[in-house]
Amino acid sequence: MVTTTYMEAGRRALAEEMRRDPTVWALGEDLGRGGVFGQYAGMAEEFGPLRISDAPISEAAILGAAVGAALAGTRPVVEMRFADFALCAVDELVNQAAKARYMFGGQGGVPLVVREPMGMWRSSAAQHSQSLEAWYVHIPGLTVVAPATPGDNLRLLKAAIRSDDPVVYLEHKDLWGIEEELGADEPPGELGSARVVREGSDATVVSWSAMVHNVCEAAGELAEEGISVEVVDLRTLWPWDREAVLASVRRTGRLVVAHEAVLVGGFGAEVAATVSEALFGVLKAPVKRLGAPRVPIPYAKPLEDMLRVGPDAIAAAVRAQLLGPSPG
Amino acid sequence: MNRPNLDLERLADRHRRMHRIRAFEERAVAALEEGLVLGAIHPSIGQEACAVGTVGSLARDDLLLSTHRGHGHTLEKGASAAAMMRELFGREGGNCGGKGGSMHIADFSVGMLGANGVVGANINIAAGAAHALRLRGERHIVCCIFGDGAINRGPFLEGLNWARVFDLPVLFVCEDNAYAATTRTETMTGGPGPAARAEALGIPAHAVDGNDVDRVAEAATELRERVLAGAGPQFLWAKTWRLTGHTAVDKAAYRDAGEAAARWKDDPIARAAQTLRAHGVGENILSGHREAAVEEMRAAYEEAKAAPWPETAALYADVQDVGDPREAAFRW
Ligand SMILES: Cc1ncc(C[n+]2csc(CCOP(=O)(O)OP(=O)(O)O)c2C)c(N)n1
Ligand SMILES: [Mg+2]
Repeated sequence: MVTTTYMEAGRRALAEEMRRDPTVWALGEDLGRGGVFGQYAGMAEEFGPLRISDAPISEAAILGAAVGAALAGTRPVVEMRFADFALCAVDELVNQAAKARYMFGGQGGVPLVVREPMGMWRSSAAQHSQSLEAWYVHIPGLTVVAPATPGDNLRLLKAAIRSDDPVVYLEHKDLWGIEEELGADEPPGELGSARVVREGSDATVVSWSAMVHNVCEAAGELAEEGISVEVVDLRTLWPWDREAVLASVRRTGRLVVAHEAVLVGGFGAEVAATVSEALFGVLKAPVKRLGAPRVPIPYAKPLEDMLRVGPDAIAAAVRAQLLGPSPG
Repeated sequence: MNRPNLDLERLADRHRRMHRIRAFEERAVAALEEGLVLGAIHPSIGQEACAVGTVGSLARDDLLLSTHRGHGHTLEKGASAAAMMRELFGREGGNCGGKGGSMHIADFSVGMLGANGVVGANINIAAGAAHALRLRGERHIVCCIFGDGAINRGPFLEGLNWARVFDLPVLFVCEDNAYAATTRTETMTGGPGPAARAEALGIPAHAVDGNDVDRVAEAATELRERVLAGAGPQFLWAKTWRLTGHTAVDKAAYRDAGEAAARWKDDPIARAAQTLRAHGVGENILSGHREAAVEEMRAAYEEAKAAPWPETAALYADVQDVGDPREAAFRW
C-alpha cells in the first residue's frame, strides 16, 4: 500500500493509462512544467512533449482540438486548469463533443476527458471558485464525475479515460492534499456507482466531491447524539446511482442532499425530486437540500465562509428532520 | 546619453510613481506571507514602466480595462493605495468592498473598469466600452491592457476586429513580459507576435521598449492623440520582463537563473534613476521617492490591517435587482 494524495492519485491514473494505451495523451497550459497545481509533475519527462502537450492560452482551441483528436482515434485528456476557464470552451464541449456521437448516427464517439479543478479554495473569488456540475449533468452526451477521495480519483479517472464518451471530470481543489492508502494495482472504477461511506438507519445524507467530508464530520457528531446517519457519496453525477440512493432512503425514510454549488437549480434538486417521486409514501420528513445561496463567490474570507455548507448546517438539517424544526 | 525629449522633472515624477507601484506590491507580498492578503496576487515587479508610461498618459475620464496583474495600472489610474490594500485584505472600504480581491480590483470613480480573472476577457469588453463612448459622443478613449499570453485567445482576434470595423477609440496595449504563467510565451505563439497580428487586422501597431518609462509614455501619448483625432484603434506592444514569479508564491524555478539575473540589471526603476542621476538629480531625491513610497504603503497596510471585515449583509448585496439571493436551505 502506498500513501497517496488526491492529486498524486490523478497523476498516477493518467500515467498508468498512458503506459497502457499509446493513444492516451494530455494537453493544456503549463503541462510541460507540471501543470498549475503540480498534477502533471514529472510527466513530460516520462512521456515527452507530444503526449504531455503544452498549449497556448486558447481554451477553445484546446477543447476543440481534443474533439477533433478524439474523433480521429486518440483519447485526449484536456486540462482546463480551473473549472471556470472551461467556460471559454463551452461551444466545443456542449455543441460539439457532447453531440457528435448522436448527431452523426453513432459513426464515431468523442472519448475525451475534461479535467476541471472546481470549488472554493482560499479566497479565489468569483472567477476561480465555481461548482458548475449541474450544468453539465443537464447536457445529454456528457458523463460527469466528481470524486471525493484519492482512491476514487485514481479509479474513476482511469474509468473516465477508458470511457468512449466525453467525461467532465471535476477534481476539487480543496482536496489535493488529502491522503489514502492505495494498492499497487488499482483497476478502473465503475462510472455511475455510488459508495455508502458510512451506514446508518435514521437518515440518508447524499453528497459528492469535497462535501462528502463535511457530511462525514456531521455524521460523526450526530452519532454521539445517538442519531445514525447513512452517508452516500454519489461519485458520478451522470450517470448517478439512483438505486443506491433509493435503497438507502427506503431504509432510513429521510433524505438530506448537500452540495457546495448554488442551491437553486443544483443537482440536489434532481436527487430530491427523484426520491420524492419514487418514495413519497416512505418519507418520514420532507426531503431537505443544502447548498450555497445564489450569489457569486466573494473574496473576503468571512463572506466566503458564509457560503460554505459546513458540518454544523448538515447536522442541523438532519436533527430537524428527526425532531422537526427547532424554535431558533 | 542623448535624449531629445528628456524632461527631468517629468521623468523624476515617473520614477516616483514607479516606486509607488513597487512599494505597494512589495508590501502586498509581505502581507500575503503574513496571511493578511487572502487570495493569489500577481506582482508586476519589473513592469512598472508599462503602467506608468501607458496609464499615466491617460486622462482621468479615459477608461481602463486591466488584467490579473493590474495593481500598477489601477494605482496609476488614480485609485487609492489604502483602498486597494483593503481590497487585497478583503476588508470593508476596499475598492470592491472586499468582494473582489486583487484579481477583480476595479475603481469606477477613476474610470478603472476592472482587472480580470479570465485572460483575454477584457479585450472584447474594452471594444464594447469604446462603442459606448462613441454612442454617447464622448471624447475619451478606452485603454485595454493585456499580456503576451492573451493574444492566443479568441477574444484577441474578435475584439481587435470589432474595434477596427467600427473604428472605435481604443488603445490596445500588449504588456509583453515574455511569460504566460510558467510558459515562455514565444514557444506557444505562432508568427512574429502581437504587432503583426494587430496589423493583420488593420490596426497600426508600435513596438516600444517597455522598460523605458519615457519611451512608453511618449508612445502612449501619441497613440492616444491619434485615437482622439479619429484614427480608430491603435496598438502598443511594450516589451518588458516579469522579474518575479507568476504569482507571489511562484519561485519561477523553470526560468534560466542567469537570464533572470541579467534582467534584474534592466530594472526599469533603476534605469530611470540612472538617467536622472546622470543629469544631476541628487541621490537624496531618488532615495526620497523610494522612502515616501514605502511610507505611503506602510500606512496603507496599517490602515487595511485595522479595517473591519465587510458586514455580513454585503454577501447578499449587489447580486441583482430581482429575486432573493438568500434562497438556500441553510435554515428551517
Ligand atoms: C481563460 C484563462 N485561461 C487560463 C487562465 C490562467 N492564467 C492566469 S494568468 C495566465 C498567464 C497569462 O499570461 P499573460 O497574458 O502573458 O499575462 P501575464 O500573467 O504575463 O501578465 C494564465 C494562463 C486564465 N486566468 N484565464
Ligand atoms: Mg505575459
